[in-house]
Amino acid sequence: MGISQIIFYMLAAFTLLSALFVVFSKNPIYSVLWLILCFFSIAGHFVMLNAQFLAVVHIIVYSGAIMVLFLFTVMLLNLNSETEPHKPTLLKFAAVLSGGALFLIIIAAVRSTMPAPYVAPQLSEVGYVKNIGMKLYRDYTLPFEVASILFLSAMIGSVVLAKKERFN
Amino acid sequence: MNVSVDYIAIFIQFLVGFGFVATTMVATHYLGPKRKTADKLASFECGIDSQGNARLPFSIKYFLTAILFVMFDVEVIFMYPWAVNFKELGSTGFIEMLLFIGTLLIGFAYIIKRGALKWE
Repeated sequence: MGISQIIFYMLAAFTLLSALFVVFSKNPIYSVLWLILCFFSIAGHFVMLNAQFLAVVHIIVYSGAIMVLFLFTVMLLNLNSETEPHKPTLLKFAAVLSGGALFLIIIAAVRSTMPAPYVAPQLSEVGYVKNIGMKLYRDYTLPFEVASILFLSAMIGSVVLAKKERFN
Repeated sequence: MNVSVDYIAIFIQFLVGFGFVATTMVATHYLGPKRKTADKLASFECGIDSQGNARLPFSIKYFLTAILFVMFDVEVIFMYPWAVNFKELGSTGFIEMLLFIGTLLIGFAYIIKRGALKWE
């Protein structure tokens, strides 16, 4: 077992563990913190796959910016334990039933798929910042420009939704 | 998959960053004097006594500022691969980026015009 394989297994275990803690934490703030750790370990996977740009962007955007938004969303909710909604038992039973059915379907689907033979990832250098830039600004100019339209609509949409209309 | 020598510097930086935090936390725990009185353990040692708890839903204005920050954060991400290839891409790349920034500037002008960042 090579050193990269050992690192991979450690990273994968850490990713799964932190993802599980996200689900199992009672406190939503702790969930958010575990999710940050999960994102960091996923960035580690990107580094292992030679996708450095993606790794750095993942840390900057996901661990930095998106998690701030998650934290804000958690803060926007009223998390006092008195206001915690208590679901009736019938609803809980139905939730367990439907969740279990989904779990069963996922297990059946995974079992019936033929596992593809493992192909060691080719050590390509396309993940470097320089190569990604060349690809993005030479071959994929239109998607890049369309992304700016997406940003524009997101900006306007957030302002329209969050800003109170003033008539005076 | 390979473990390049290039990452050793990053790894050392992570180690130093993590180690600094861990050592200072442990060191202050053992070195500092401990006076555990009710006043010392209050969330805010001075000023007005805190009222209620911290679990209050807060204004959407903070969220709006944060979401606009994310937008411009992601925009800057697009500039890194462009800046690295600035010479090779020449004027075509420059015009591409001008179009991109121009579209975002329209959004920025809209934000300023609507006073979305104003705190009233």
